[in-house]
Amino acid sequence: MTGAELLFFILAGLLIVSSLLVVFQRNVVYSAVALVAALFFIAVLFFTLHAPMVGVLQILVYAGAIMVLFLFVIMFLNPTALEPRRSFWWGLGSGAALLLAVALVLFLSNGLPSPELAAGTDSFGSPRELAKSLFTDFVLAFEIASVLLLVAIVGAVVLAKRER
Amino acid sequence: MIIDIGIIAAKCIIVVVLVLNLAGVLGWVERKGSALIQDRIGANRASIFGFAGMGLINTMVADPLKFLTKEDFIPAQGDKLLHTLAPCMALFPALVTFAVIPFGDVLVVGERVINLQVANINIGILYIFAMASLGVYGIVIGAWASNNKFSLLGGVRGSAQMISYEIAMGLSVIGILMVYGTLELQEIARAQGDLFWGWLPQWGIFFQPLAFLLFFTAAVAETKRIPFDLPEGESEIVAGYLVEYSGGKFLMFFAAEFAEIVVVAGLTTTLFFGGWQVPYLLGDGFHFPWGSTWLLPQFVVALLQVASFVGKVVFFCWLQIMIRWTVPRFRYDQVMRLGWKMLLPLALLNVMITALVILYFPLNP
Repeated sequence: MTGAELLFFILAGLLIVSSLLVVFQRNVVYSAVALVAALFFIAVLFFTLHAPMVGVLQILVYAGAIMVLFLFVIMFLNPTALEPRRSFWWGLGSGAALLLAVALVLFLSNGLPSPELAAGTDSFGSPRELAKSLFTDFVLAFEIASVLLLVAIVGAVVLAKRER
Repeated sequence: MIIDIGIIAAKCIIVVVLVLNLAGVLGWVERKGSALIQDRIGANRASIFGFAGMGLINTMVADPLKFLTKEDFIPAQGDKLLHTLAPCMALFPALVTFAVIPFGDVLVVGERVINLQVANINIGILYIFAMASLGVYGIVIGAWASNNKFSLLGGVRGSAQMISYEIAMGLSVIGILMVYGTLELQEIARAQGDLFWGWLPQWGIFFQPLAFLLFFTAAVAETKRIPFDLPEGESEIVAGYLVEYSGGKFLMFFAAEFAEIVVVAGLTTTLFFGGWQVPYLLGDGFHFPWGSTWLLPQFVVALLQVASFVGKVVFFCWLQIMIRWTVPRFRYDQVMRLGWKMLLPLALLNVMITALVILYFPLNP
């Protein structure tokens, strides 16, 4: 096993453990912290795959901004009671997840035809390339997405103002 | 292979040790500096065989010993695990941020060219913002785990303040990115070695003076110190998120705060004050604008560059501590108004003006 593989398995293990903690923790704050850890490990995985841009955006957007707001809200509401276990739904969900995992393992171990991998260049995925394609080929989609986000922000402000 | 790994490990250790030690020395500068400003004598009680060393023994030996031997108090209704995890979450981002800040150009040892930077990734600045955004967790988690209303207030204030100023800080740096056209901090530092009109170094401060003021203000706000110490707010919420912390964990929060000061100083130096550049010093020695040259061996050049970087960093650390003991603190609404209604629009204006200037008067056509 090479060093890179070892690193991958360590990271993947940590990722799986923290993802499971998100689901199985009954304390909301613990779940949120575990989710931050999971997002962080995904970002590190991207780093090991030579995609630092994606990894950093993962941390910046999800771990750094969205989860902080989650925690902010959790702290404001301060739920002291633990989430009750709902054994029926819990069992059903676990069963479905297990089934899916078995299906996935069977499917993958069947020898998936490995797709022709395009040779990645050094500049692939760099901020320069990303910006170039965002502002030339995909500029329409980019602008539409920004207008959509703007609408969401304005909507949030309007909803918050109406309370008074 | 082994040597490569050894070099990387050595760079990591050197940077972490430097940052932590500088943070320790800053504790001394803070206590003695504040005494100087307030016309007091300051820490001078502790001594070893009568040697007090200007309070160095007090702040570098006695203080940590006291912290580490104190009782580690965890509130009965608090959360033991998260209460312990929070100081680590505060210290971690402060320490890893320095990985992408270059402390020198290159060091040539025989055939080997060593890049004096721990990690050269092509998204350097984004990495720094990503790590800075993780810094909030230490406060928020620590505040929640303490199960104390003062703590919770401090945590809520801290998260709001840090998110607000991160936006202004990010936007203020965009001007620098547009001028130098890269996100790599080593490239930015290298580009600042060029000369303007043959004599003025192209440091960021000369192109982006407004961005420097905005960035430095926002960065100081990110370190949560006076005048932006709302999360602690000693006079209103006792010590905010730190209320229930004592002993070694408090020391870790303390170290994180000082490590953040060092990081802010390093970033300011790299982005606006030429990083490791010494004016007129090129790879083989000094080339003065009046035509004379003074050739130097490569390792002397590298040493001068590292010394220049460390000197600038120390200066900006000192400046931040002086600001902390000179300026009165803001009210909470004033902090929010400054962040959203002054820094943010000014940063946007700076980006617009920079874009227009670059469009009509390109620097490197």
